[in-house]
Amino acid sequence: MLAQFLQFLFSGVTVGATYALAALGFTLIYNASNVINFAQGEFIMLGGMLAVFFVQSGLPLPAALVLAILVPAVVGVLIEKLAIEPVKGAETVTLIIITIGASLVIRGLTAVIFGKGTHSLPAFSGDEPIQILGATLMPQSLWVLGVTAIVVVVLWYFFNRTLSGKAMLATSYNRVAAELVGINTNGVLFMSFAMSAALGALGGILVTPITLTSYDAGIMMGLKGFVAAVLGGLGNGLGAVVGGLLVGILESMGAGYLSSAYKDAIPFVLILFILFFMPRGLFGARVTDRV
Amino acid sequence: MQKRAYFGLYIVIAILALLPLVLPNSFYMDLAIRMAINAVIVLGLNLLIGFAGQISLGHAGFLGIGAYASAVLPTHFGWHPLLAMGAGAAATGLLAALVARPIFKLKGNYLAMATLGLGIILNIALRNEAQWTGGPDGMPVPAFGLFGFELNSDKHWYWVVAILLSVSVWASLNLIDSPFGRALRALHGSEVASRVVGVDVVRYKVAIFVLSAVFASLMGSITAHYVGFVTPNLADFFHSIELVTMVVIGGMASVYGSLVGAVLLTALPQALATFEGWETVVFGAILMICMIFLPKGLVPTLAAKFGKGE
Repeated sequence: MLAQFLQFLFSGVTVGATYALAALGFTLIYNASNVINFAQGEFIMLGGMLAVFFVQSGLPLPAALVLAILVPAVVGVLIEKLAIEPVKGAETVTLIIITIGASLVIRGLTAVIFGKGTHSLPAFSGDEPIQILGATLMPQSLWVLGVTAIVVVVLWYFFNRTLSGKAMLATSYNRVAAELVGINTNGVLFMSFAMSAALGALGGILVTPITLTSYDAGIMMGLKGFVAAVLGGLGNGLGAVVGGLLVGILESMGAGYLSSAYKDAIPFVLILFILFFMPRGLFGARVTDRV
Repeated sequence: MQKRAYFGLYIVIAILALLPLVLPNSFYMDLAIRMAINAVIVLGLNLLIGFAGQISLGHAGFLGIGAYASAVLPTHFGWHPLLAMGAGAAATGLLAALVARPIFKLKGNYLAMATLGLGIILNIALRNEAQWTGGPDGMPVPAFGLFGFELNSDKHWYWVVAILLSVSVWASLNLIDSPFGRALRALHGSEVASRVVGVDVVRYKVAIFVLSAVFASLMGSITAHYVGFVTPNLADFFHSIELVTMVVIGGMASVYGSLVGAVLLTALPQALATFEGWETVVFGAILMICMIFLPKGLVPTLAAKFGKGE
């Protein structure tokens, strides 16, 4: 009983951590620009695929991983410079279509370059499972959780203790006011795309030894990251992390206890229910419309 | 204004009437039929997105309900296709009305999330209930017959969808110029202001959502009978996005823009088939370029350029 519950919990928290990283990516870009970046899932895919490619081409693991984070970050910045900055202030639908176009380009290029096969990455520190109260935990899960925890702490420090972080926060509160006090809001936008692409790629790399990856792995990952971000309340960093873990755990519990066939539907059922009763997610700020 | 609007309708009817004479073979006939089917769906969706300013990223789900009602009910329960089509439309309308009230308290990205979720849930259900739907492989759809006359050639279907399209264009033009249409445009402009002048905002949003969902469901049924086969891809997230893209590329809040968007984006994948393997890349790039350089869509941008508003 307990062993089974723990087993579902472990796998839920592990995949939830990846959703949390994706949700943080959505949050960063949303705060800087009010854009929902539907290409977020492709950064996750790109991280995993590039890590596989660099490792296979003989690079040592650390170098391969760093490159697999840097390249998606550059892609993120390119999207921002070429496609988002020129249409600042466009309607929500227009921005959604642009980012979906970007995701199609990334996915299509990946399929052309790396093929449509499924790829795997060796676990960072072996495949020897750890036994806890009858449940097994893979060492890679600890990597996922540990790195996510570090990322959350670093982000907290960044937003609360550094000037650039505070500039990003200020822009998310009020763009015009931030510009008035001399914050370079275009720089903030630039940085938010680089950071969220890097976060997504990082999540993708960490989870690839567990879930495998392929050119189309980013779609569901991205949509579930979006669910997690909305669940926590769009724009709320803490909410994104809590939302990610919650989506991961409920999905894993639902797959285990209810129906594994409907596993992918669980996050979406959850978000519909939450939005019916809490239109701004769990921790979303109350807003009043100015007329 | 009124006269000029109908002038466009006459042109549409003329094109639809003459098209079969110039289409060289059944490949183009098939393409024309699918364009017309998409155009009707997009007209409905544009009323929601363009005129009322509300997003739906799950419309393919409603299309799926209609298509599968026409496939499942006649096959497993022996219903008459017309009855099945009506049942699909009624079920879609009911579902849309049921979820619309809570959903339309939401705005912008939250609304996008909710409609996207709804569409994905519907699609997953279609994939999983294999004993009824045939699962991911889909299932065949019986032919559509009425009063002993069976619709079985491209010619028959062409005239059916051509008439449906003409009626839809006429109905949309009238709707936009009715008090209902003015209320929709008002709430797009400013919800608070329209509430102040007495527009029941929620009721209008729900009504237009249900209407566009039923449009999609009916055309889903037609697609199912015309193709003779349904798969869950008809109801997937990507198809929802395709439909929204047709609205936006053609031009939001433009009746003729809907037609242009549907025609172009139905033809595009055919045109891209020559790029072997690069289709997705080129399709994505075209979406981005269109939206960056023509954020208002083709028809409104061109209309503004040549100084004739619609």
